[in-house]
Amino acid sequence: MSTLILYSITILLLILSFIKDKKKTKMSLKKAWKAFENILPEFLVVILFVGVLLAVLNPETISKVIGSDSGWIGVILAAVVGAVTLIPGFVAFPTAALILKSGAGYMQIGAFISTLMMVGVVTIPVEMKYFGKKLTVLRNLFAFIFSFFVAYIIGLVVHSI
Amino acid sequence: MKATLKRYRAFITVALIIIILTILNKQLGFKALNIAAYSFKEMLLVIPPVFVLLGLLDVWVPRETMIKYMGEGSGLKGIVLSILIGSAAAGPLYGAFPVAAVFMKKGVKFNNVLIFIGAWSTTKIPMLLFEISSLGGKFAFTRLLVDIPGIVIMAYILSKLLSKDEIEEIYKDAELINK
Repeated sequence: MSTLILYSITILLLILSFIKDKKKTKMSLKKAWKAFENILPEFLVVILFVGVLLAVLNPETISKVIGSDSGWIGVILAAVVGAVTLIPGFVAFPTAALILKSGAGYMQIGAFISTLMMVGVVTIPVEMKYFGKKLTVLRNLFAFIFSFFVAYIIGLVVHSI
Repeated sequence: MKATLKRYRAFITVALIIIILTILNKQLGFKALNIAAYSFKEMLLVIPPVFVLLGLLDVWVPRETMIKYMGEGSGLKGIVLSILIGSAAAGPLYGAFPVAAVFMKKGVKFNNVLIFIGAWSTTKIPMLLFEISSLGGKFAFTRLLVDIPGIVIMAYILSKLLSKDEIEEIYKDAELINK
């Protein structure tokens, strides 16, 4: 659905651009391709790597690690698993719901979802290309620590109300 | 040719590892390939519009406009815009970096670039509905409410931890990267 909206907007703008200025449109498409080609090798590595990672780490394995009563250790493990994996949202949320059903706590799920989205160990090479080593490491580190705070608050809110 | 080979060196290495893995453990290897093919399809689906929009932005929106709305002195307006643009995005986090490079090229304030990256990573509106239906509204909205100030504060701290020279270096690289 959101992909459809994204495509509609893009096509609409592209048509508008073409009507206004053919040359500029061509130039922007060229730039789009260059930006994509520039990052393609890193993209491909990430995709292959994620394939291997998720083949080893399936939902069953994950839920075993962060199951019920795993406490703070479970939160830490959940955060680590979330940080190293890269799962698209529409797979991640149902997976998280499954893990929740099989006994994991909200705090663990909160840590998992949060690091999954904010921390990208696998995409560090891509990030470094744009932001350099220092910022990339710091950003991921901060997001990792922040995820524990998010998890804690989620634990508080969901259990208290 | 040689340069291309060098750029794809890491990709070729990982591909070889997968081939070896498949020989050693057929089931695991095929599973890995299957998931990779799935991710590849996802990338092909979501990534093209992101890059086309990036190209259009680069060509059509003048630097002055971007500076006015998101540059130095854009204040709260810049912060809100960065969050909104990042949250409206689709696609994985790695799609955000090339867009961030164009932002930097156009003179967007470093703080706002970081807020944009943060928003793209975690407060995506298209994903919110998914999150609500899978994990419940309480979970989703708590996360959103904690994340928004968190992103802004982290962006602020991160930009303070880098020296002026280091930030300038990143901006200079952004200038070159999409050429």
